[in-house]
Amino acid sequence: MTDVPQGTTALPIRIRDLTKRYGSVYALNSVDLDVHSGEFLTLLGPSGSGKTTLLMAIAGFNRPDSGSIRFGQDEVILTPPHKREVGMVFQSYALFPHMNVAENIGFPLKLRGISGAERAMRVEGALETVQLSGFGARNIDQLSGGQRQRVALARAFVFGPRILLMDEPLSALDKKLRERMQIELKHLHRKLGVTTVYVTHDQREALTMSDRIAVINDGELVQLDAPEAIYNCPANAFVADFIGESTMLPLTRDDAGALSFRGQKVGDAGTDQAKDWTLVVRPERLFFAGAGAETDDQAIVLKGVLRESVFQGESEMALVAIDDATEVAVRFGTSGRASPAGGSTGDQVSIGLDRSDVIIIPGGQAV
Amino acid sequence: MNWWSRPAADTQITHGRRLWLYVLSAIIMLLLVAPTLIVVPMSFSDSQYLEFPPSTWSLRWYEEYLGSSKWMRATATSFQVGFLTMLVATPLGIMAAYALFVSRHRATRAIFLLLITPMIVPVILIAIGTFYAYGRVGMNNTIAGLVLAHSALALPIAIIVITAGLRSYDLSQEQVARSLGATRTRAFFLITLPQIRFSVITAALLSFLTSFDEVIIAIFVSGGANATLTKHMFAALRDYIDPTIAAISTIMVILSSALLLLTQFLGSKGKRN
Amino acid sequence: MAHADADGSRSGRHLHEAALKRQHTREQWSILSLVVPAMIVIVLIILIPLSWLFYLSFLGDNGGFSLENYHKMTQYKSYYRIFVTTFQVSMLTTLACIALGYPLAFFLAQLPPRWAGVFMLAVLLPFWTSLLVRTYAWLVLLQKRGILNEFAMQVGLWETPIKLVHNMTGTLIGMAHIMLPFLILPLYNAMRKIDRDMMHAAANLGANPVNAFWRVYFPLSLPGMVAGSLIVFVLCLGFYVTPAVLGGGRVIMVSNQITAILENQFDWGAASALGVVLLVATTFTLYVAARVFKFDAALFGRD
Repeated sequence: MTDVPQGTTALPIRIRDLTKRYGSVYALNSVDLDVHSGEFLTLLGPSGSGKTTLLMAIAGFNRPDSGSIRFGQDEVILTPPHKREVGMVFQSYALFPHMNVAENIGFPLKLRGISGAERAMRVEGALETVQLSGFGARNIDQLSGGQRQRVALARAFVFGPRILLMDEPLSALDKKLRERMQIELKHLHRKLGVTTVYVTHDQREALTMSDRIAVINDGELVQLDAPEAIYNCPANAFVADFIGESTMLPLTRDDAGALSFRGQKVGDAGTDQAKDWTLVVRPERLFFAGAGAETDDQAIVLKGVLRESVFQGESEMALVAIDDATEVAVRFGTSGRASPAGGSTGDQVSIGLDRSDVIIIPGGQAV
Repeated sequence: MNWWSRPAADTQITHGRRLWLYVLSAIIMLLLVAPTLIVVPMSFSDSQYLEFPPSTWSLRWYEEYLGSSKWMRATATSFQVGFLTMLVATPLGIMAAYALFVSRHRATRAIFLLLITPMIVPVILIAIGTFYAYGRVGMNNTIAGLVLAHSALALPIAIIVITAGLRSYDLSQEQVARSLGATRTRAFFLITLPQIRFSVITAALLSFLTSFDEVIIAIFVSGGANATLTKHMFAALRDYIDPTIAAISTIMVILSSALLLLTQFLGSKGKRN
Repeated sequence: MAHADADGSRSGRHLHEAALKRQHTREQWSILSLVVPAMIVIVLIILIPLSWLFYLSFLGDNGGFSLENYHKMTQYKSYYRIFVTTFQVSMLTTLACIALGYPLAFFLAQLPPRWAGVFMLAVLLPFWTSLLVRTYAWLVLLQKRGILNEFAMQVGLWETPIKLVHNMTGTLIGMAHIMLPFLILPLYNAMRKIDRDMMHAAANLGANPVNAFWRVYFPLSLPGMVAGSLIVFVLCLGFYVTPAVLGGGRVIMVSNQITAILENQFDWGAASALGVVLLVATTFTLYVAARVFKFDAALFGRD
């Protein structure tokens, strides 16, 4: 890596009260969000959640009804897009087909009046950074999907933008390439150190790449946290359901605040007076216990009937019915050993959950 | 399996059973094209009468045409008006099409309908209407008046062609350009316009042709030294058959065929990009 | 962060609301202002003159408001004949275009796109050629000693030359030829969009080709056909050149009558009134069709 934009100092983004309404529907409902300087933050949510609206508002293409967006100390809410100094990568890459690779990457430099020689040098540097040295003279239609992706990236950072924004940039690539590009993007971000906001609806991608994830739903920021925290301590049923696989089991609360499932105490509501509580069970955190296992200080044990067991390659998924209406999914590895389920469909089995893996969220399980 | 008994379509019907369709289609295509092309041999006839095939050949009707100051002046007028119409309708069409394409305003649909009214209103009404209005302001028989009226006819065509171009263009390219530091205007000229250039050229050619071939408005509002080719041709056709028309028609057929092939070529090029 | 919030901490909100709204309005108008030049042209050439004609049509001899120009139309038999002729010519031309255009559009839609493009030139060439040239060509072809008569007599279809031009026959032939592309193009586009899988499915379900065509293909092609027919019909209503040249004064449509009134009597009121009737008929046809078939998307290419 040689000539990455000089003088880039990462800036924090501070968003306050960002609101955008379409008729009576809130695309963004008074969103407050802080992106730390140099951080890789992902906006994650289902389609129509408002994540792209938020990104486009940061870029300046979607004008909110009210709110404040600051890059560092600089209020940009009224700044037109071309003065925001934001590098952007679109889902469609949006490369200019009437220009070759070097002209595409040189475009922002040309607009800034950077002369031919310096421009060529910086374009070459950017190409090197995205491992496309020597591709400058190629036409866009001679590039593969992954290469186009890199050109779009190079074009977005070559002029040393204050912020880097990406709108589902990998969704057009096939799975293998996408996974490789995820790693590469992460490397590139570390190299450039520029504050990056990334939009995706793919929770796996978000978990893989992000320093922090902002989960967006119905125009609201639902949870903002590091990937592990989002996964291990979802704020509500929506997050628990949207990120990772889970089974939700309703809990009962007694007067003292103890929360239990089928008479087995799993936790404490503490001072929280909420009535409905839900136990979130991740399939891979469950294990098959011995036939005589009972709930103790270490683990909670549930008994049920093995309904089905499905081979899925790297793991196997078993469905255990703990009563007529409730099935719990259990995921376990397929490494050589005989199926830990031990039995065939219809057998009585016991499944256990370590107390340290218990996730309890307030509210019902309706998602 | 030979061609004859091979299935011709998804309904498993064979080419053999489809033969009637092919024959019929060939006849209809012949009916479409032949009358247009018949004027070409006619124009090289030596005879005063319209006989086919001509018994003797000559270039006398071309000489007549080229030697007539009336026809020459009319030709010059038609080219001038067509060219100016193209220069007016194309940029105006680009601006209108772009604005209507980008704008989210409620009024866009109403504006679009207003802008395509020249396609709906019978041309005879536009002709007598402008004739009357121009009479009031002294614009009859002027080049400017004719150009303005022809631009109104060409605008809807230009707008529709350019809108089609914009639809097949990825507008996020313009957004990228703006995020990279270009103003909206600059992004349009540097990025959008080059991408829709084939639609723009097609719109320009169609604008020219719309004006060049227009008859009815020309009959009413052009005249004197500024009479168009079509006005003279129409008079000649209605009153007597002058074989000079065959020569002029041949030139017009060649012109429109050339423009047509040009747009087809540009179209296929546009699609490849 | 806590302190730097000069306005950020004022939790209430509607930050920059007024400024954003102003900016939004300004941008909206600056975009819409691009339409203004085109609108000026349309207003000058279409709206103002048409309003003037409208006004003139309600002007009586005494200079006041009057319906006499419209009253005249109901009185004279010649007007009645003109309306009938106009409707007849438009209807027959439309039918002829459907009869000729449907098979050709179907043929073109069945071809691989590359070949369809080549054969399409047969439709596009006349479309791009001056209407005067085509009218002239038919004049040559159809005249007494023209190719058609010569050919027919040589083959023995008829003995003496028959009159094919300067009458209704000539007008219809010329108009059908000129209008055909207007029917074929939208119809072809509609047919291209018909899902091939649908025809496969019909065939697999045991429909014989003829059945599959009438039950599946034809109904799906109908919107394109209606759109094309409507364009043809409406264009015919206001047609002038072809009836004037090929009709030889015997086929008088509304447009021809308007011109005749202006040339012979210079009666702007009568001409305008006839024009208004023509415009109303045209708009009404389009409006009803748009309502019934809900296809202004097909006609205007917009939804």
